[in-house]
Amino acid sequence: MRKFLTSVAFVGLSVAPALAEVSDGKVKIGILNDQSGVYADFGGKFSYEAARMAVEDFGGTVLGAPVEVVTADHQNKADIASNIARQWYDTEQVDTIMELTSSSVGLAVQALSLEAKKITINTGAATSELTGAQCSPYGFHWAYDTHALAVGTGGALVEEGGDSWFFLTADYAFGYSLEENTSNFVKEKGGTVLGAVRHPLATTDYSSFLLQAQASGAKVIGLANAGMDTQNAIKQAAEFGITAGGQRLAALLFTLAEVHGIGLDAAQGLNLTESFYWNRTDETRAFGQRFMDRTGAMPNMVHAGTYSAVLSYLKAIEAAGTDETEAVAAKLHELPVSDVFASNGKVAANGRMISDVYLMEVKKPGESDTPWDYYTVKATIPGDQAYLDPAKSGCALVK
Amino acid sequence: MAHAHSNPEATAGTDAPAPHPQAARIRIAIVLALLMLALIAPLGVYPIFLMKLLCFALFAAAFNLLLGYTGLLSFGHAAFFGGSAYFTAHAAKVWGFTPELAILTGVIGAAGLGLVIGLIALRRQGIYFTMITLALAQMFYFFCLQAGFTHGEDGIQSVPRGHLFGLIDLSHTLTMYYFVLAVFLIGILVIWRFVNSPFGMILKSIRENENRAISLGYSVTRYKLGAFVMSAALAGLAGGMKALVFQFATLTDVTWQMSGEVVLMTLLGGIGTLLGPVFGAGLIVTLQNYLATSNFPVTIITGLVFMVCVLLFRRGLVGEFYASRLGRRLGFNPEN
Repeated sequence: MRKFLTSVAFVGLSVAPALAEVSDGKVKIGILNDQSGVYADFGGKFSYEAARMAVEDFGGTVLGAPVEVVTADHQNKADIASNIARQWYDTEQVDTIMELTSSSVGLAVQALSLEAKKITINTGAATSELTGAQCSPYGFHWAYDTHALAVGTGGALVEEGGDSWFFLTADYAFGYSLEENTSNFVKEKGGTVLGAVRHPLATTDYSSFLLQAQASGAKVIGLANAGMDTQNAIKQAAEFGITAGGQRLAALLFTLAEVHGIGLDAAQGLNLTESFYWNRTDETRAFGQRFMDRTGAMPNMVHAGTYSAVLSYLKAIEAAGTDETEAVAAKLHELPVSDVFASNGKVAANGRMISDVYLMEVKKPGESDTPWDYYTVKATIPGDQAYLDPAKSGCALVK
Repeated sequence: MAHAHSNPEATAGTDAPAPHPQAARIRIAIVLALLMLALIAPLGVYPIFLMKLLCFALFAAAFNLLLGYTGLLSFGHAAFFGGSAYFTAHAAKVWGFTPELAILTGVIGAAGLGLVIGLIALRRQGIYFTMITLALAQMFYFFCLQAGFTHGEDGIQSVPRGHLFGLIDLSHTLTMYYFVLAVFLIGILVIWRFVNSPFGMILKSIRENENRAISLGYSVTRYKLGAFVMSAALAGLAGGMKALVFQFATLTDVTWQMSGEVVLMTLLGGIGTLLGPVFGAGLIVTLQNYLATSNFPVTIITGLVFMVCVLLFRRGLVGEFYASRLGRRLGFNPEN
């Protein structure tokens, strides 16, 4: 017995130096997002799976300490998200929270994490406020934001020949800001905006709006809305033969998961911007296939972004030699991001991870050879052009 | 579901068991025990969660004032709850008000909204009344979605909790908890006093038989409006507190789903009982919180709980206890 105890003590001592650098001997990553509400497909449970993949690919341990991923469904309610985030930090030794779909949740959890001195990496919310006026030294934003979507779809599409625009805009702040941002890039590139029509949130009948758009003669109809609104507008546009008639549809916030949802028949010819496409290179294909084997679906930019965020966080801990927030945040700012999601990513002083985004066109049903083969990459927009110049972001951390 | 309240007195009157001799003392002991539990709860349970629970409990109790005691089913209470959260958050963040003044701003705002919505909706009865409250609350939702000061779907974030009366720092979680508990108890006390006042008696008479109340010479609409505004103001008190607890105000609180949730909480706990909504709110909030980290789909489980409740305990959890042999022996009156 005594011998056993000594050997246990010896093992304990030999492991101790490595563990000492990691608080409570474990690195715990929380994936907090909407798994039952309107964004369940957009990120949902698959983001948790992506995070677990990243941990496995990293080796399951960092600095000798095991890495654990926990998840929770905030049901698209900021108060539940905030409650769980605080509880995770205060009682369950969670070290960082990621994903955080929806703007109100993202901003709320980033603010409380600043107070709790914990790192957040947002991969699910669109708002550029996260790295703007409400930025935080411990808050990071991966994958995409409203600015990148507007540049990708607005600017790059003009260069592709779509130089006259008409907007179908959801009648609230998010819709206006998408429309305004995109219009600016369209005009900057020499395009014209012929007009816009506002539709109420959660409209089911788009016929009158689509007819106005059709009558405008614009080459591109921009859909400045999100979620079900975009899906309904695209389906009805297909019924009106708008794309068949030569006009192009551009969705400002739409991902692979939603394209899969409405099908190629309705979505064909649609232009959109994403920061990741599984069928782009051999590396992304291999990643996509592994993700597909686990979940039954190909990853979109939120899933791949979450994978990249977890990997980058673990690399930062390893480089810092500790999981202490200040040191890890410094390393996250400093280290380049190079993985399957972004080959040349870098993190700006405001917490924005800058990587390339892609203008996509959805294939026709006949052009798609394999399942989930939905996009043709029309243009690559370098990260520096896609994201807002940190100095102009309004973030106080940028000098 | 429009008018699910049973008539407990009819059943209670038939075979009322002899009341326990010490019934009054036992009732006081139960209340004191609950109070003690609330005081020491933060030692065992996460305080932020408890505060959220208290906010929703007060919200449900305020709603019950209308559904349980006046017989009016409002489907627009989210407007008062979420509206007040916005007003409070704006007052605390932009105007720099102290917490008590910020909450007061929220309460006044909610009462004002209640007056306007009540004046319009109370011109009709039954399902029409309900639909009008829903429609007006949806109008308010769209207003919040578009108004500049609410910041759309970003919400008002990083609201300072501030210093109570300029003295007590509310940024400490425990201090905040006892502040919320105090406000909650005041709210419940106000409801209790209100229900047991002559005014409350008249409300109950309107609930039981409106025509008879009219024939007795009461201006029924004015009494109903009074109850509506009171209920809106108390819902506002709960919403304002919630904005300070979580330090943000978002669209979630003004959506129609929130109006539905409060109906669910009240029905589960037991309408027309003072403690019912408190327990109902506790149950729903606990489910939402603890199922969030599990693999169960939250909305489906909540739906199942609701179905079981409607099929098996029509009076709600507390209502069934009051109506049980034990409850009646202890002299609980489903009206209190």
